[in-house]
Amino acid sequence: MRDSIRFRLNGRPVSLQTDGTRKLLWVLRNDLELTGTKYGCGEGLCGSCTVLVDGRARRACQADLASVQGTEVVTIEGLARGDRLHPLQQAFHEHGGLQCGYCTPGMILGAVALLQANPRPTREQIVRGMEGHLCRCGAHQRIVAAIQAVSAQRGGRDD
Amino acid sequence: MTDATRMRRRDFVKAVGGGILVLVSLPAAGLGRDAEAQGRAYPTDVNAYLHIAEDGTVTLYSGKIEMGQGVMTSLTQMAAEDLGVALASIRIVMGDTESCPFDAGTWGSMTTRFFGPAVRAAAAQARLILTDLAARRLGVPRTALSVENGVIFVTAGRSRRVTFGELARGQRITHTVDERAVLRSAREFAVMGRSPRRLDGLEKVTGAAKYTADIRLPGMLYARIVRPPAHGATLRRLDTAAAEAVAGVRVVNHDGLVAVLSPDWETSDRAVRLVRADWDVPAPAFDTESVFDHLVQAAPEGRTTDSAGDVEAGRRQSARTFDVTYRHPYVAHAPVEPHAALAEVKDGKATVWASTQAPFSLRPQIARGLGFRVEDVRVITPYVGGGFGGKAAGQQAVEAARLALAAGRPVQVAWTRAEEFFYDTFDPAALVRVVSGMDANGRLTLWDYQVYGAGDRGTEVFYSVPNRRVRVYGTWGGGGPAGYHLFGVGPWRAPGANTNRFAAEQQIDAMASEGGIDPLEFRLRNTTDRRMLGVLRAVAQASGWQPAVAPRRTGRGRGLACGIDAGTYVAHVADVTVDRATGAAKVERVVCAQEMGIVVNPDGAKMQMEGCVTMGLGYALAEEVRFEGGRILETNFDTYALPRFSWVPAIETVLVPNDDLAPQGGGEPAIVDMGAVIANAIFDATGARMLRLPMTPERVLAEIRRG
Repeated sequence: MRDSIRFRLNGRPVSLQTDGTRKLLWVLRNDLELTGTKYGCGEGLCGSCTVLVDGRARRACQADLASVQGTEVVTIEGLARGDRLHPLQQAFHEHGGLQCGYCTPGMILGAVALLQANPRPTREQIVRGMEGHLCRCGAHQRIVAAIQAVSAQRGGRDD
Repeated sequence: MTDATRMRRRDFVKAVGGGILVLVSLPAAGLGRDAEAQGRAYPTDVNAYLHIAEDGTVTLYSGKIEMGQGVMTSLTQMAAEDLGVALASIRIVMGDTESCPFDAGTWGSMTTRFFGPAVRAAAAQARLILTDLAARRLGVPRTALSVENGVIFVTAGRSRRVTFGELARGQRITHTVDERAVLRSAREFAVMGRSPRRLDGLEKVTGAAKYTADIRLPGMLYARIVRPPAHGATLRRLDTAAAEAVAGVRVVNHDGLVAVLSPDWETSDRAVRLVRADWDVPAPAFDTESVFDHLVQAAPEGRTTDSAGDVEAGRRQSARTFDVTYRHPYVAHAPVEPHAALAEVKDGKATVWASTQAPFSLRPQIARGLGFRVEDVRVITPYVGGGFGGKAAGQQAVEAARLALAAGRPVQVAWTRAEEFFYDTFDPAALVRVVSGMDANGRLTLWDYQVYGAGDRGTEVFYSVPNRRVRVYGTWGGGGPAGYHLFGVGPWRAPGANTNRFAAEQQIDAMASEGGIDPLEFRLRNTTDRRMLGVLRAVAQASGWQPAVAPRRTGRGRGLACGIDAGTYVAHVADVTVDRATGAAKVERVVCAQEMGIVVNPDGAKMQMEGCVTMGLGYALAEEVRFEGGRILETNFDTYALPRFSWVPAIETVLVPNDDLAPQGGGEPAIVDMGAVIANAIFDATGARMLRLPMTPERVLAEIRRG
């Protein structure tokens, strides 16, 4: 089945003729060669394929392509503005909020969505908000610190 | 390992081109007994290359790989330190069998301990050569020169200077270092001993970092392989017609390796589900519960690894004896990146990108799978998304290579999470029985220790026990008779040590409790090992240890445990609360003190310690691979729980300084106490002794109820 799917991806329009029941993860990775979005479990249990759809975190391995029709999708490749890292990317780097780095793109996008919904979360709210993201290397403590740092430096404002 | 697997030096020197090339060949004796004792073929030929190109570019070639442990950064720091350049001016090439020196594999916390000295020696030698060249160029004696940031200048007059690049130009110097060069001392360090941001950090936060499954080749196909429902199953009937009818799909069969291939992963995945395969599955020989009896009954012959005094005399001298058995299940590595490989076979040569901890060990495996010569196989290691020992095995790389050969096109094999759980080489199930004794003064008199299935790592008796015996049946790598394990087992972060410390440190704790002695005091009383005393005192101070006799049974408990791993000493204190209605244990705080000799990168070391503590929560509280015979019941993270954000305690790490000792291991030691320290805290909180891992709420509750 061919469907005509249009959406904005990292600020640019995308138009695809493909089966709308395909999962966004594989369209991103195979058709669009945006490999920053990772496969980790294929069942929405680990968070490593997290992308932003209209500013909200979605598991790309669970999202039908048709469901992003007309939306704004942001992957890890679209988060920095040119050479300027997104504050969360900068904070993950500075706080050592990563080791093997495989869960990192999903982790960062999950954190972006979290701060968008709640610019000044408590530690407890960060922990609850990130609970669906798995990190096997054990960088959790530093990831929480990175998110707290960005929240604090923004003084509650989110852009 | 044959010589054919190593690139000939002559070829390498030619390939590198002009400039200055330093090869380091450290004698095997310099590599420490540890590597030999573990039967590991650490390279005895060239260990490191450092190249200074004619444009001044410095490149370090290492057969090691980066899987999150941070050695890309720490190795570069070591080279920068002894060469005398800024960190940013060194490029590192890792895990490519074509350009890097042979390396047996990245594991055992050996990179910094054994490869580090080679890197530092190469860098120090390069600095000497460059200084000699500069002395001639500037017409002054070597002693009149200083080196800073890749520039050599006359100490008395900085304007007379020459850069590394200028010196390397027109040179074709190849120098082999066979002795230990003079290295900078810890007091002189400018790059080592500091914590720069990770060199792989920017690529990883922007999504630019390439892992194996991210690599694309023109015309590549994505494979989904037909898998059995259980280990040991045999194929009775296969019908691939429905799969082959799917547009764009081909099915290949390479000597029984049957795979569906197509230009996109989803199509292959859909088609493989249409394959009809009937399997004969053998009746289960044992399962999650009966494995422990099996491990003892079918055990291979034991070996005695430590013996002193007379255990029978020890029994007689003991005022009290303790006979306790501990159990550890199969545990998965579960890296977030499943095993992946991409293979291209062209003109009789194979190139394989693989998520692996052992690119050089993969070469002969791939060569055998293809019927190629080892030298016709090249393995390239992109970033590895977590290993923990599980990526020492490289089945997926052989599969990809065979399918690429059969298909005549590049083929990617990227395991699903279910395949990852099925083909993982688990931390083996194991059983430990300890018979110990003490006199009326709380001094150890007897230690009779037997371990089945886990091997000897972590069994070292650092307590002063006059009568002791350690007997080891089987190894963490399997061993034992056919069918001892029904599926793959292998190294899992500090292999075997998690099992052995779980047993030993609980045994010590139980003796302290029965003797009415504070657990810290009991340990201090029973060891004279200076480094152990150092970490015990450090962890006591950092945690604010208050002497008390366990168990206090207040629902809140504090535990202590210690160990030696990879040359490093660790001690942990954990604060745990236990919900006595549900049995759920929550770890509130963990303090870890570690003494690891010279610390190359303090923040990197602390990251590894935090990672160890966090990962250790998993095997302590939740992780257990359930199985029935060869059937693995875990397929994803819904039933196999990894530590999550809400589990993570406040973690405090303390590095105990010891600059008199070369750097020791850092990737594994801080995990070895995690089972015991939590068990000891649960005991203090409830009076319940947890003798089996993991300590799930159900098991804790059952022990509490048993009283």
